[in-house]
Amino acid sequence: MTNHHQPDKLKSNHKLISMLVMGCIGMFGFGFALVPLYDVLCDKLGINGKTANTASSYQAITIDTSRIVTVEFISQVQTGMPWKFEPQTKRLEVHPGELIHTVFLARNVSDRATVGQAIPSVSPGQGAAYFNKTECFCFNQQHLAASTSAELPLIFFVDPQLPESIHTLTLSYTLYDITDKQLASAIEQGAAK
Amino acid sequence: MMSTTTQDQSITHDDHHHDAPKGIMRWLLTTNHKDIGTLYLWFSFIMFLTGGAMAMVIRAELFQPGLQLVEPNFFNQMTTVHGLIMVFGAVMPAFTGLANWLIPMMIGAPDMALPRMNNWSFWILPFAFTILLSSLFMEGGGPNFGWTFYAPLSTTYSPDSTALFVFSIHIMGISSIMGAINVIVTIVNLRAPGMTWMKLPMFVWTWLITAFLLIAVMPVLAGAVTMVLTDKFFGTSFFEAAGGGDPVMFQHIFWFFGHPEVYIMILPSFGIISAIVPAFSRKPLFGYSSMVYATASIAILSFLVWAHHMFTTGMPVFAELFFMYCTMLISVPTGVKVFNWVATMWRGSLSFETPMLFAVAFIVLFTIGGFSGLMLAITPADFQYHDTYFVVAHFHYVLVTGAIFSIMAAAYYWLPKWTGHMYNERLGQWHFWCSVISVNVLFFPMHFLGLAGMPRRIPDYSIQFADVNQIVSIGGFAFGLSQLIFLVLVIKCIRGGEKAPAKPWEGSEGLEWTLPSPAPYHSFTTPPEVK
Ligand code: HEM
Ligand SMILES: [Cu+2]
Repeated sequence: MTNHHQPDKLKSNHKLISMLVMGCIGMFGFGFALVPLYDVLCDKLGINGKTANTASSYQAITIDTSRIVTVEFISQVQTGMPWKFEPQTKRLEVHPGELIHTVFLARNVSDRATVGQAIPSVSPGQGAAYFNKTECFCFNQQHLAASTSAELPLIFFVDPQLPESIHTLTLSYTLYDITDKQLASAIEQGAAK
Repeated sequence: MMSTTTQDQSITHDDHHHDAPKGIMRWLLTTNHKDIGTLYLWFSFIMFLTGGAMAMVIRAELFQPGLQLVEPNFFNQMTTVHGLIMVFGAVMPAFTGLANWLIPMMIGAPDMALPRMNNWSFWILPFAFTILLSSLFMEGGGPNFGWTFYAPLSTTYSPDSTALFVFSIHIMGISSIMGAINVIVTIVNLRAPGMTWMKLPMFVWTWLITAFLLIAVMPVLAGAVTMVLTDKFFGTSFFEAAGGGDPVMFQHIFWFFGHPEVYIMILPSFGIISAIVPAFSRKPLFGYSSMVYATASIAILSFLVWAHHMFTTGMPVFAELFFMYCTMLISVPTGVKVFNWVATMWRGSLSFETPMLFAVAFIVLFTIGGFSGLMLAITPADFQYHDTYFVVAHFHYVLVTGAIFSIMAAAYYWLPKWTGHMYNERLGQWHFWCSVISVNVLFFPMHFLGLAGMPRRIPDYSIQFADVNQIVSIGGFAFGLSQLIFLVLVIKCIRGGEKAPAKPWEGSEGLEWTLPSPAPYHSFTTPPEVK
């Protein structure tokens, strides 16, 4: 029935349609923009338990001996990954500001070399910003040859600014098998050369 | 409220269509809003029966504890595809079908503004659902990760057919977006002279706002499925922690779409009920303008509550509180609506033909769904109810006795206008009473199952839930069978029956009732004058 439309009607149709289509495209982009937005927001507000991916420096920190914080370690291995992975010590009592060394034990129980990546997460989420690692195996990928084991070091301190309401911090590591991804990117790089 | 100057209604059916293609080609090529409306409604009904058959499989398996009939993986495919089909195949296309049939007639327009696009928006739908359903027969099975396709279930652990699932969702999304654009352009540009904004029938208002919601959130859904696709097949890590992504982010993106989506499935119902209740109360709608504002505020608030689906993901307390209060705030405009419908009936001269029965049942039962929603909105309580049958009870009250009942009410109310025949009232009453009793046997006990801790989406359960599940399943079979009465009734009504006058319901208002029944193939070719 379009032949009944006057030209100005058609023009206003077109204007409206292009506005609506732009809106759709914009919202499609917004869906993807949510990914960085979400990360930035969580990072700024320090709410989703993610810790920094780089080493923090341990300088001019005073140890608050009046306070004791319990730090717990838990570990998980992605289903199907042929590694055993456990903290050597499950639970520590520390003073905020104190520099602590601990290790995680990893063992590749399969007969092939495997590459793992550990992803940390701190609970409660608000505590993550106060959990500082000066050295961590999670900063790098871990390579283990068939049937070998390794002691993976972690050095950290708890920021003395940690809110009074937090008494326990739980650090959880999930270990992922990234051997295939490693292979794929190695092949890609090889091809590029 | 509205009156029309009489226009030339003598143009009949045949005058216009002798050169039009016949048979299947008529339907494939049609750009007529009434034809397309009919296609949408039949498609929706077929999908309703298909999704219903899957629900019967679910209820048969849950009739007894233990695994009897189907494999757990197949059970998961049934819950997933049942949900997808009911949301995207039954409820949404039914509303688009009603929009096609009714909006042009209600605003005095000759057709939808973009008739050719209209044809496309319908005809890509059967393809989308063929793809989705065929994935069930692939090796490894169809989608089994729930209609909410949470990562990593839909990425790391999903079957190969996930690519087909993603593709079908893309097509469904494109179809609804095109439908929404068409509705907006039609309402903005094709209103008859004198049809000012605050004279628009409520159904038109609610659909206009729904269309904006669709345009705002369907692209976000498209983005979410695209990310699932690339995570699964192309090595990206949007939702994979190992690669620096975050599975919880999937839920944020999904529910940013998901919560407005549930309002997409209920706002047009509000419009339908606002047409039917006044007609059978023989009184104008109470509080028309507050209805308009309530609809708009529900739509806006629906963007601020998505994380009430995620209370147990470990959000910080202030976020839990923010989303809890925003969610509770939505029940205020919703309450305004319920109040207005009841006030419309107050001291009206009521009669209870089938459309009114469904409308009254809608008001009562939808409100029960609203109340269970409020219970779920209480963050600490939700820790207990989340992912139990209590949630299943909640959303089936708002969607089955809400959205679906309103669609039934609409079908009964406008069938005489569509077919030119009165439906069989006795059969309609049978359909209503069978449905309303069985639907409560089906869904009410689910509240108790949920409170007692029975998890959703699991094919087996501990034996203390056995008795109640048996009752629920019996209600389910009865409700499923009752819908066949409706199928018979509609076919009989199309084939014949008492001749319907232009305005079969004495209390009804609106331009569509100024047209003869059945509404001529081309209506309002010259716009009516609305005073
Ligand atoms: C007063 C209004 C409402 C409130 C306060 C409310 C609240 C909630 C809450 C808190 C949940 C999450 C429960 C959980 O997973 O633990 C939920 C789930 C749900 N609601 Fe509502 N709701 C309301 C109305 C509606 C309406 C009108 C619809 C649709 C027409 C709807 C559809 C759903 C669906 C489909 C789910 C479950 C999604 C899933 O996990 O599969 N709700 N509701
Ligand atoms: Cu919601």
